[in-house]
Amino acid sequence: MNRVIKIFSVVISLFFTTIIHAQDVAALVQKVKVKLDVVKDYVADGTMKTDVSFIKAPVGQVKIYYKKPNQFKLKRDGGISILPKGGVTVNMSSIVSTNDFDVIPAGEEMLNGIKTKKVKLLPRNENSDVVITTMYIDEANLVICKAITTTKENGTYEIEMSYGKYSNYGLPDKVVFGFNTKDYKMPKGVTLEFDDEDKATRDKMKNKKGKVEIIYKNYSINKGIDDAIFKK
Amino acid sequence: MWTLLQIELYKIFRRPRTYIAFAAITSLIAIVQLGLKVDGKEYADFVMADFKNSFSIDGNTLNGYFVCYILLQLLLVHVPLLIALIAADMISGEANGGTLRFLLTKPVSRFNFIMAKFLAATIYTIALLIWLAILALFVSMFIFGTGDMLLLKNSYVVQLQQDDIFWRYFGAFGFAALAMTTVAALGFFLSQFAENSIGPIVATMSVIIFFTILSTMSIPLFNLVKPYLFTTHMVSWKEFFDIKVDENNATIKGTIEHPERIVRSVTILAVHIFLFVGASLYVFKKKDVLS
Repeated sequence: MNRVIKIFSVVISLFFTTIIHAQDVAALVQKVKVKLDVVKDYVADGTMKTDVSFIKAPVGQVKIYYKKPNQFKLKRDGGISILPKGGVTVNMSSIVSTNDFDVIPAGEEMLNGIKTKKVKLLPRNENSDVVITTMYIDEANLVICKAITTTKENGTYEIEMSYGKYSNYGLPDKVVFGFNTKDYKMPKGVTLEFDDEDKATRDKMKNKKGKVEIIYKNYSINKGIDDAIFKK
Repeated sequence: MWTLLQIELYKIFRRPRTYIAFAAITSLIAIVQLGLKVDGKEYADFVMADFKNSFSIDGNTLNGYFVCYILLQLLLVHVPLLIALIAADMISGEANGGTLRFLLTKPVSRFNFIMAKFLAATIYTIALLIWLAILALFVSMFIFGTGDMLLLKNSYVVQLQQDDIFWRYFGAFGFAALAMTTVAALGFFLSQFAENSIGPIVATMSVIIFFTILSTMSIPLFNLVKPYLFTTHMVSWKEFFDIKVDENNATIKGTIEHPERIVRSVTILAVHIFLFVGASLYVFKKKDVLS
């Protein structure tokens, strides 16, 4: 009888410990959300680097516009910007913009010398494109250092952020966005390029990992942005 | 020599046939520009459909630089046929008109006579390309504006910054001038062997079509001869629009990915011109002119 009581006690205490942990991380996510909620909109200047094996693009000056809840626009000098679908436009604020997700604690991890809490967010809405998001939260500064998001339509992508003078707003100085690339092959009839590419070129294009890096120089926060900017 | 050249240019630009090529290029470019102005977005979406599955592109991709590239891809395949109309008529036309023997009674060396005719054909070719450049590049820039240029290759995408494009067109048109001069030299060479214009014109067109088919088909047997065909090298102007990248795949402004390919193509085209003109000189010097 005593043995049964012992086992029952252990199970009950484990259950409550899990609940307490879940409540802790839920509170942590809520604190991060409150911090991010301060930013209603921003305009930022920065530079963008695209590192994808089959895209030869220059490093360019960009202007980034954001407005709650999820309006995002990136404009580049010279006019043409190439961004992986879905990913870059999703920022941390839009991920935690609602409370419509379940939070699961997933331990702690050191990330670039920073102790972070690992948290998994599961959207409750079955129609959500996001399947799961894993966030690494710097508990001391209440900022998200890394997020891995798996989507239904656009695969899995990884966002790493480092912070500087705008960390009070939860806005990063640098964002590195990693993603898997699909095969890219154009029919020759469309490009009218009938010459064959050499083997070295073909091999180089086989790298399936892509990266977009944005370094933010300055932010102009909560000054108001016309919605028309996002429609252009 | 200068007087001979002036006479030949006068003869070329006096004939209505000369302006067929200018009219054809003008109408072709105008119709393509009109089509792209009206329905260009649909065309750009169709061309980039595969790429847009994974990436979103923001900005004006259908600008003047891109339109000019499309026009060059379409037209530089067909311009040789227009050049053949004049170049292949240079000697045979005189023979057909019965003026060749009369011309050679003048105190002019056969070398100067041939070189003046070839230079006149070359000037016509370059004039045609300048007209093409004005319409395809400058008019397109005026109609569609300027900006970065996004090019889709077979297995990769190239984005060129707008201040890194103009010199590439300068190089591409220079290269095209050399390629078209090769065609003019071929037509000129073939015009030695007939006493009417139709034969050399059709022969020049046939050679270009035949070689172009060999150049574009990826069959191992043809691959052996491809590097030596001038038609293989005529499309190397596109090399000006490929750019080197650093270890992070960022483009390096002012560079060309394969400059050695341009040098090789220029060399092969120059050798062809030299051979065709040299052979023309040799044949004409030996020729017993009876017409």
